Amino acid sequence: MGSWGLFVAVFLACAVEAVEALTIVLAAGLARGWRSAVTGLVSGLLVLAVLIAALGPAVAAIPIDVLRLIVGALLLVFGLQWLRKAILRAGGHKPRHDEAAAFAATMAAATGHAPATRNSRLDGYGFTLAFKGVVLEGLEVVFIALSLGSNQHNVVLAAVAATAAVLVVAAAGLVARAPLTRVPENSMKFVVGVMLTAFGMYWAAEGAGARWPGADLALLVLIPAVGGYALALAALIRRRATGHDAAHTTTPAPTSARTQP
Amino acid sequence: MIRRLRTFGAFWYGFVIGDDWRLAVGVAVTLALTAVLSRTTHAPAWPLIVVAVIALLAASIRRAARRR
Repeated sequence: MGSWGLFVAVFLACAVEAVEALTIVLAAGLARGWRSAVTGLVSGLLVLAVLIAALGPAVAAIPIDVLRLIVGALLLVFGLQWLRKAILRAGGHKPRHDEAAAFAATMAAATGHAPATRNSRLDGYGFTLAFKGVVLEGLEVVFIALSLGSNQHNVVLAAVAATAAVLVVAAAGLVARAPLTRVPENSMKFVVGVMLTAFGMYWAAEGAGARWPGADLALLVLIPAVGGYALALAALIRRRATGHDAAHTTTPAPTSARTQP
Repeated sequence: MIRRLRTFGAFWYGFVIGDDWRLAVGVAVTLALTAVLSRTTHAPAWPLIVVAVIALLAASIRRAARRR
């Protein structure tokens, strides 16, 4: 269960962030030139690789109970934030992430910016756009992969899941040559939020000294329970929003009658 | 320099704490209580985190939905 859950959580989290990074790199490439966008992409990936190489052994050196407490707490906070946003999106209280709109906005910003000088071989704006996109989107994935992997004593599997997700998204991007608008990002973010919250609850409580009934098997109950609760909250706020909107759009017919003598 | 430090701090605040700081504080308080409970009694401490997650998420969603 642990390995399967680890793979799914890291793969989905990485795929979602890779789709968002791909949109930014595509916009940078199309608007500012591919040389600067690809250089930014490769530089961003190198920074992430250095971070993994530096943080991986450091995380592995932390005593297991401290690691579980600190990393579990961070995973739980991360998971709750992901889940909160996903519930608000599913409940209609926050706009859903739209890759086409994000692409259009990034393209507009990139084309509106002053072009590179003729002498410079690299467009600074395009490079920075692609570099920041890759590093910022990737940072979260590095953290998720390292924390889940080290807690499960399987950083290799987490790395395989992350690499597989990046390769799948990159291949899809090469084929489509456009933002991956058909990827169900909002649903994927919901699932990642559920899994991070469940894993965070499990590891953080273990790190604080609590023992779950059934040990690892508790995750089999925690994951669907967190998912069910999140779906129920989304349904509740969606129903309230619909009721609220309906109440505000109802024609106040009796008003004129009452004001008439 | 100070502006850069502020930007750096704001980035990490947004990265770790996110949109609702109460969730992070709630998690920290719950884990502290769990640690105390599991070290001082024989009572199972895991229900504490379950109850806390249920309450924290519901309260955070409620606040956000009301702000709409």
